Amino acid sequence: MNWRISMILLGRIASIALALAFAHGPAAAQGSYKDPGITDTQIKLGGSYPFSGPGSAYGAVYDGVKAYFDLVNSRGGVKGRKIESIVLDDAYQPSKVVANVRQLVEQDKVFAIFNIGGTAHNLAVADYILRNKIPHLYLNTGAIVFAQDRKKFPYTLIGIPAYATESAAFAQYIKQEKPNAKVAVLYQNDPFGQDLLEPFEAAAKRQGVHIVAKEPYNATEPSVDSQVSKLARSGADVFVSFTIPKFAAQAIRKAAELNWKPMQLLTSVSASTELVLKPAGLAGSQGIISTAFLKDPSDPASASDPAVKEYVAALKQFVPNANPADPLRARGYALAQVMVKALEGMKAPSREALMQSALNMDTEIPMLLPGIRIQTSPTDALPMKALYMERFQGERWVVLGKPLSPSLK
Amino acid sequence: MPEGLVQVILDGSASGTIYAAVALALVLVYKSSGIVNFAQGEMGMFCTFITWWLNQQGLGLLTAIASGLSIAFVLGVLTERLFIRPVARFGEFPAVLTTLGLFLVFNELAPWLWGPENRAFPSLFGAGVLAIGKARVSTESVGTLVVMIAAVSVFFFVLHHTKIGLGMRAAAANAVSSSLSGVPAPQMFMLGWGLATTLATLAGVLIAPRLFLDASLMLGVIIYAFAAAALGGFTSLLGAVVGGLVIGLAETLASNYVDFIGSDLKILVPLTVLLVVLLVRPTGLFAKSAERAV
Repeated sequence: MNWRISMILLGRIASIALALAFAHGPAAAQGSYKDPGITDTQIKLGGSYPFSGPGSAYGAVYDGVKAYFDLVNSRGGVKGRKIESIVLDDAYQPSKVVANVRQLVEQDKVFAIFNIGGTAHNLAVADYILRNKIPHLYLNTGAIVFAQDRKKFPYTLIGIPAYATESAAFAQYIKQEKPNAKVAVLYQNDPFGQDLLEPFEAAAKRQGVHIVAKEPYNATEPSVDSQVSKLARSGADVFVSFTIPKFAAQAIRKAAELNWKPMQLLTSVSASTELVLKPAGLAGSQGIISTAFLKDPSDPASASDPAVKEYVAALKQFVPNANPADPLRARGYALAQVMVKALEGMKAPSREALMQSALNMDTEIPMLLPGIRIQTSPTDALPMKALYMERFQGERWVVLGKPLSPSLK
Repeated sequence: MPEGLVQVILDGSASGTIYAAVALALVLVYKSSGIVNFAQGEMGMFCTFITWWLNQQGLGLLTAIASGLSIAFVLGVLTERLFIRPVARFGEFPAVLTTLGLFLVFNELAPWLWGPENRAFPSLFGAGVLAIGKARVSTESVGTLVVMIAAVSVFFFVLHHTKIGLGMRAAAANAVSSSLSGVPAPQMFMLGWGLATTLATLAGVLIAPRLFLDASLMLGVIIYAFAAAALGGFTSLLGAVVGGLVIGLAETLASNYVDFIGSDLKILVPLTVLLVVLLVRPTGLFAKSAERAV
């Protein structure tokens, strides 16, 4: 028999045996837990990632998550409970995320949902989460609505700095570096772009930063060349780019082609050396400003950092072949660290206690840059309020100065 | 002349060359098979990925492009033989619907094979910039236009001045009568699909350096290309190129100088052109009635 088939059969037999064992397990032990997915020895967490389809680059986030959970399990788990992580593929489609979350909750009986990516995707499951009171933690999106509308999203916490925090930091940085700047903005004409543009305009107004031109583009357009050309003619000396990677690269290249040399600020969504800056041309990418909240495993300066060392070793041990330099993997690792902190802080083994723990936090996370704390309270659902500015120099990002904590009001 | 008009015209023409390149391929397949191929752009995108991959494997850019174009020809021929011919006998609509299915197949296959990231595609014409006064245009855009005009000349010559070309047009116009007159219509269709896929790949190779290569390379372009082809009459190669340039210019001028259009509504420009052409002059600007009587 083919070894693969034997392994699959073996797996089936083992799972049937396990199911039988649980079916006949002691009823008393089950009784002390009112919520499913948690026992004396185990916590089940469910996730959904785009392992296929157009967004599958984001599937790499889970490599970092898995590496950290496996590391925690190899050290004995969270207070004796091993984390069992169940993940499904959603091909980056909101409708599949909904189906996956139902399956995770109803069939796999997970304790909590962790780390789903995409604004539309998380909005799609919000109703279900609310009705069933499932903790829905550390999403891979920075949509501010999850932090602001607590009536609709009481069980939800975002896992990265809000897009609004980033764009307010942009305005603050522009004021600080170029008080008389004339700013041109390119933005995607959809909720992602609006989520960056609106808080930027509000912050610019508060700070007295002058926006002289703004141009939208639709994600279905072939190119943003004519928008960039128009922005260049506005005479702006600062260019803010709220774009997804492909259009970010086009914009950088078009600006270089036009010999337009403004100070460029690029949303961290597109601040990828491999996907954006190298394709656009490193020469035209020098000096671009973005924001950072994670330690950068590809930076030689951070190689001796104990958190980065642990991350690289864990990834090598539990997800061999995964390149640790990918910032998405580092992000997954960091968010898994936040999740484990929340689990550790539970005062009782219930979903309610997990939410209490997640909403009463003030802690440092090893993979986050120093000074970026996770701070929440029952009235404050924005875990990361600070971030660093970074500048692209040579072939890498260099973190600048101290963290900024821009006000959102 | 208003400040920046030269730059706007150059930008518009640069977009126009992109639309024209894809429109040209649409016209070619229509001329040589009588159906509109919705999968045209995606097949070109797929073969552009093959070209990129060959280049990544260490093949020189020119060799990679030559290989990519050859593979495109074979892919076009096989697609006609394996997917289109079996349904074509039921009429045009089943064939057109099949091309819609092929559209999805190639659109999913490319990211599955090569990943969803956007890739830098090296330009045949280097990364130079030409300065015309204050205005600037990339050598890439100029090169694209030159290559396309050359391609139009070659295909025009083949279609209108060779026996094979006559056979292709005859088969497309009326497969039954041309078969009775001794034209091997099935082979002509295969040839037509092969050439059209080659041309779509040429378009892909020309536009990928500007737009960056990913599975959606052609998705945004194809609407503009349809409008360009319709404007040019869907049967005129030169019309497709002129149509592309007109659409590119109209769109860029409108988004710069017509306030209520701006960048928000510039997608309306090709759609409006498409609508007006279909209402006012369904044969397009360049279609000759003589061509219908091959």
